[in-house]
Amino acid sequence: MAKITFPVEASHIMMFARAIGDTNPVYHDAAAAAKTEAGGIIAPPTFGQAVAQFDPDYHLRPKPGQAWFGSGKTPSGVEKAPSAGGLHAEQHFEYHRPLRPGDVLSVEIKPGKTWEKESKRAGKLTFRERIAEYRDQTGALVLTARSVGVTTERPVDQS
Amino acid sequence: MALHASRLKVGDTHRERVVENLTRTQIVQYAGASGDYNPIHTDATYTTEVAGYPSVFAHGMLTMGLTGKMLTNYVGDGRLTNFGVRFTNQVWPGDSLDTTATVTAIHDGLVELELVTTNQDGKEVVRGTATARIDP
Repeated sequence: MAKITFPVEASHIMMFARAIGDTNPVYHDAAAAAKTEAGGIIAPPTFGQAVAQFDPDYHLRPKPGQAWFGSGKTPSGVEKAPSAGGLHAEQHFEYHRPLRPGDVLSVEIKPGKTWEKESKRAGKLTFRERIAEYRDQTGALVLTARSVGVTTERPVDQS
Repeated sequence: MALHASRLKVGDTHRERVVENLTRTQIVQYAGASGDYNPIHTDATYTTEVAGYPSVFAHGMLTMGLTGKMLTNYVGDGRLTNFGVRFTNQVWPGDSLDTTATVTAIHDGLVELELVTTNQDGKEVVRGTATARIDP
């Protein structure tokens, strides 16, 4: 898979922190952050996932001129919408240093293992692992992310 | 801000409410910030009529982000070395979530934590572990 360039920006960190309801000044107030142990604004620990914004082919973002599987005139904009679709099963981060505004990360995403499991609540489950390595402008590894996605045979039973 | 090994012991717990009455709007905020626009999180028509779920539900990564907020409040900024979770149940609009961290080990300037996030019914939604640097 191609490498994704992920410029880390202060306004993006601020919006991400707002979305998780985190009012810690280290994520939005440069003057306050400078006085903390972090020494300046840093990104929250799950911010690396926002690399999706910079993946030109990311399949969960509508693209101009292309049919989108969410609703418009009809409940789905495509004929064969993914029925149960994919869910996120696991996420693991290994941190080497915090991400900071001004970092320009190079992110390489590689497929990992694939396995199957039978489940009472959702039928056959297919698990797919992906490993993402985030390197900074000096080539140093700053973050490793391992995610496991699951495709279910049917929607997860809520009872 | 940081934790001190001399003041910690295995079995210590720290608990925080990480969201009260989760709103659909917060889920929309998360979609916008993270870039994950999967309609199962924000589009009720698609989610109920096509995907077959009773309502939209939160991104797993929003629940992990909420869990991480508690974690950084507890261990301090920029102190984490590892953070991993399994998503064990979905999180729905209206849910209130609490995260509990339990100290499982203290060694080599690090604390190891077990994490559990539960909803208002006591149902586990996220289970995981984290490791953070601590002071002596």
